[in-house]
Amino acid sequence: MSETALLTTPLDALHRSLGARMVPFAGYAMPVQYPAGVLAEHVHCRSAASLFDVSHMGQAFLTGPGAAVALEKLAPGDIAGLAPMRQRYSLLTMEQGGILDDFMVAHLDGDRWFMVVNAGRKHVDFPHIAANLPAGVHLELLPDRALVALQGPRAVTVLAALAPEVAALPFMGLAEITLDGTQCLASRSGYTGEDGYEISIPDERAEAITQLLLAQPGVMPAGLGARDSLRLEAGLCLYGHDIDDSTNPIEAALAWTIPKRRRAEANFLGATPILAMLADKPARRRVGILPTGRAPAREGTEIVAPDGSVIGKITSGGFGPSLGGPCAMGYVRADFAAIGTDIALMVRGKPLPAKVAAMPFVPHSYIR
Amino acid sequence: MTDIRYTEDHEWVRLDDDIATIGITDHAQEQLGDVVFVELPEDGREVAEMEACAVVESVKAASDVFSPLAGTIVESNQMIVEDPSLVNGDPMGGGWFFKIELDDVADFGKLMDEAAYNAFLETL
Repeated sequence: MSETALLTTPLDALHRSLGARMVPFAGYAMPVQYPAGVLAEHVHCRSAASLFDVSHMGQAFLTGPGAAVALEKLAPGDIAGLAPMRQRYSLLTMEQGGILDDFMVAHLDGDRWFMVVNAGRKHVDFPHIAANLPAGVHLELLPDRALVALQGPRAVTVLAALAPEVAALPFMGLAEITLDGTQCLASRSGYTGEDGYEISIPDERAEAITQLLLAQPGVMPAGLGARDSLRLEAGLCLYGHDIDDSTNPIEAALAWTIPKRRRAEANFLGATPILAMLADKPARRRVGILPTGRAPAREGTEIVAPDGSVIGKITSGGFGPSLGGPCAMGYVRADFAAIGTDIALMVRGKPLPAKVAAMPFVPHSYIR
Repeated sequence: MTDIRYTEDHEWVRLDDDIATIGITDHAQEQLGDVVFVELPEDGREVAEMEACAVVESVKAASDVFSPLAGTIVESNQMIVEDPSLVNGDPMGGGWFFKIELDDVADFGKLMDEAAYNAFLETL
């Protein structure tokens, strides 16, 4: 990919001034780490508060009578049942049962909904949604809004000092807040397993507001490197790695995103293959994996049974700084999916012992 | 003054009699980021020139460490197995990887000196 073709977020100049190492990601120049380094950024997020630029992600409003019903035809989550100013994790599913993307959807009020989708999928998701809307429902893309995530146990103290109402938000609750005189949309959510917020900010105010947040005591910037190790420890899926258009939500261990009502209605894209797998049980399952030794097992590593036969593959793997050791997730044959099952990981030609393990590897600290 | 030589794979080599000590350069540790795992060769292993014989893993990726010269492994640094962050903190000192008894000490002279390595870094 040519450097010149990369898009930038409204925080590009700020990242560079903070000494970030920029890398191409989903077509954008993004900070992978700052001078503190991935380990320090990761640990800081779990102990204080870290600020991530996630402006590359796709934001949109979905508006009009029947908007939620229309979206439920494409996603098997309970979207119509969301109370105002509440959000939920859901999936865009496909006819053959695969996952087009995973996303967050929030009910603002009445017939107004807000979505955040993955950067690398927005060019697929948004045309797909737009093509499946009835007359009167509109998808309004928000390319002129930045998105920052403030994550960690101090996030509430930091943000409440500027907008006191965020302290009372429940997990997955939203609020329109005013930061430095600008109206922003904050949700109490994130991708680290920590308490925290994602804040949607108009582009032209993004740098000033981010600097204001960074100036609060206990806040450090963190890059994509720490974001990845944090979400892996939290057991959260990364689209394109742990889930994709070839993974059925059931084998991906995401059946919990499909509530009873939606199973009964069976009226979402891919309902037939997805509900069939729910009934018949999947042949493979996404599981957590803890190597017994110190060597990390990376994405693509083959998983073998004690007799050496191949039973699956690692889809995300690395070192968990808070765990203090390696951790991974991947797909294994269903008869090896029980927690505690002995497996081995083929690292540099050698089978390294590992066990199927419960996720998250580091307990979530969401506010309840 | 101790003579330290370098490779294009960003290893440094220090010669004491016929024993070469090998580590990775400051540039290498900087590029790798936080080192979290190191795998070292067994004592007594015979290694060829440019043979991959150690592994260094950072939070980001795994990389091979090559033996810049042919010889026999005589010692590996267990300190960096216990505390991989030594590779970041003291790459040219306490973060050394392994020692080789060289087959031919004259091979050492083929490696880049500091000026040549610095010039090489400029080209990257």
